[in-house]
Amino acid sequence: MKFLQALRRVRHMLVKEFLQTLRDPRTRFVLFAPPIIQMMVFGYAATLEVKHVQFAVLDHDNTQESRDFIARLSASRYFDLMLRTQHKEDLRDGIDRGDFLLGIEIDSGFAQDLRGGKGAQVQVIVDSTNSNTALVGLGYVTQIGAKFAQDYQQDRMRRTTPQFAGIVPHVDLVERPWFNEGFDSRWFFVPGVIGNLMLVMVMNLTAFAVVREREIGTLEQIMVTPIRRWEFILGKTLPFFLIGVFDAGLISLVGTIWFGVPFRGSVAVLAGSTMIFLLSSLGVGLFISTISANQQQAMVSAFFFIMPATTLSGFGTPISSMPPFFQKLTYLDPLRYFMIVLRSVYLKGVGFDVLWPQIVAMAVFAFVLLWISILRFHKSLE
Amino acid sequence: MSLRRIYAVMRKEVIQISRDVRSLLIIFAIPLILLFIYGYAVNLDVKHVPLCVYDRDGSQKSQDLLKAFQASEYFQIVHLARDYPDVVHEIDSGDAALAIVIPPRFSEDLDAGGTSVQAILDASDSNSASIGLGYAQGIVATFSSRVQLEWAQQRGAAPPVPPLDIRARTWFNEDLESMANIVPGVVALVMAVVGAFLTSLTIAREWERGTMEQLISTPVQPLEIQIGKLIPYFVIGMADTTLCAVAGVAWFGVPFRGSWPLLFGSSALFLIVVLSLGYWMSVTAKSQLAASQFALVATFLPTFLLSGFLFPIDQMPVVVQFITRILPARYYITILRNIFLKGTPVSLFASQFFALIIYAIVLVIMATRAFEKRLE
Repeated sequence: MKFLQALRRVRHMLVKEFLQTLRDPRTRFVLFAPPIIQMMVFGYAATLEVKHVQFAVLDHDNTQESRDFIARLSASRYFDLMLRTQHKEDLRDGIDRGDFLLGIEIDSGFAQDLRGGKGAQVQVIVDSTNSNTALVGLGYVTQIGAKFAQDYQQDRMRRTTPQFAGIVPHVDLVERPWFNEGFDSRWFFVPGVIGNLMLVMVMNLTAFAVVREREIGTLEQIMVTPIRRWEFILGKTLPFFLIGVFDAGLISLVGTIWFGVPFRGSVAVLAGSTMIFLLSSLGVGLFISTISANQQQAMVSAFFFIMPATTLSGFGTPISSMPPFFQKLTYLDPLRYFMIVLRSVYLKGVGFDVLWPQIVAMAVFAFVLLWISILRFHKSLE
Repeated sequence: MSLRRIYAVMRKEVIQISRDVRSLLIIFAIPLILLFIYGYAVNLDVKHVPLCVYDRDGSQKSQDLLKAFQASEYFQIVHLARDYPDVVHEIDSGDAALAIVIPPRFSEDLDAGGTSVQAILDASDSNSASIGLGYAQGIVATFSSRVQLEWAQQRGAAPPVPPLDIRARTWFNEDLESMANIVPGVVALVMAVVGAFLTSLTIAREWERGTMEQLISTPVQPLEIQIGKLIPYFVIGMADTTLCAVAGVAWFGVPFRGSWPLLFGSSALFLIVVLSLGYWMSVTAKSQLAASQFALVATFLPTFLLSGFLFPIDQMPVVVQFITRILPARYYITILRNIFLKGTPVSLFASQFFALIIYAIVLVIMATRAFEKRLE
């Protein structure tokens, strides 16, 4: 009987929340449009691929060999030749203006050095304002250069010592890329975007909703009704949980249908772990609401959490490349575990047997955060 | 227009801000934390790739090759696999990102001519995977040419040509520090947060709490409210910019090759743009939640994603590239990069300044006109 009464109170609370949230057309817009807009923008913008790097060439040597090297660069999909010049100033000015990113300078004597069996030199000037692009671009030049040298050497050996041509020892590296055979950057980022969006959305909504009642004074009115603490919290957060689940489904569909990211795992594993993650996001949001007196405080605090949480989750850069201290810090970030789950379910197709440590970790976070928030909520009313 | 009324609104806003010391502290802590994390934690270069090795040969030569991997700072051997399913499990679970499989008879095949080793890689993180693969190829190629050199020396043949010597010269950011790229981005990001986020709440808050009616009943003019409310945030924004720039240059050693007046001039322009945008949203949305979400979508996300701060613009699809041209943040970041890294003369980026000025004028007018001093 008591339980039924409690259920009824929760239901009233739920109805009130849904009415309040869905009544205002602007709030309705906030619930469903930004996740989709963000998914589209993030999905398109977030790529670390480096292709079509624009470059210019200053070839002092102008021989068969140097032209061959340049032709290899411009034929690759990584580079677009923008300018051939004979003047060093053109290289400098073009890089200054940002017309191209790379300048290749070949000194006279390039072919002579190659033919003489000495190492030939190529100078590469790179605009490293964006260090990643510069790094990757330089890597491609080096790779193409190594291939060029190898081919040149084999060619030379065939001419000078044909008897050795077939038996010179060499080791090749055969690459077997799994899960993302075409090295498509979007396949990596789109699942990660889902995790980010879910965290930001559910956390913000929860924090704002509770604090708003406090700010405009309606929280006191609710607390004088017979509703209990956990009933209030349940009624308050359940709508956002449901909206979160709905939005998660929506943007996952955008990821698969619009961006064509393969989905190789099981929907059940994804749905289950998403719900557990949403609970931990709710927990963070509730916790923020217990330490904030008004919405501005809630927003600033939420932001204070989101920025490190996203950066340390491994969303953009691999955790294994971080310094040891930060690697340990990432274990405190619930998003870290969800990132692994999302990418594994989407691309690797692994299931609960591999992912259980991540799921357990998220469950622990959800439990602890919600528990602390409920305890604190009591105090924060006074 | 009365300076006294502007001053009164401003004082009210300052009192309101200073009552909430925690928010104010966080506003100044966020840029420092961002700089700290990006300076020390985030590294787009790939190092210590967790590596699993499966040596099916177990010979001296195969061990030599693995030692080369072990010695490299790019790889860290985390697991020695016993069988193939072991390799699969390591990659599946994400414990290893790359597995090197050396075939049986590796040593004999090598003596007889050519052989190959297999690199199984978790390419789900395509960027790290391709950079890591590049390093692995480098190590194998070096090993291969060492073997060749020994072989040639034993037979008195001409030693092979060493690979092409590629001499890289990096301009503007000589040590390829990602920090030099990050600091201008963090400055813009913080401005977008302070500018649009905080101001998006100021008017919406008055509506939500019902204090707008009181404000309306006073003789204060819309423009006076706008100026009075925005001045405190303008000051906070400029202080934050200075903090970021000083911390970036003094602590993280980012070069500063332009001039400080230029930095403050362009920052003031950009602040006016984002403040007006936040104010306009606040006036339009009338609810703090909606206003802050609009601000998030309209200012913070574009600054974060589309301004070229993390993800290079020229790699985006053409349509998205076009969208980036509409964003004031893109122009501001271009100016900042010039100031910090390039120190090129103003004439080279005058057009960016011009674009920001136009944005500032249009948005100030929009924000002023949107405010209606009446109750519905």
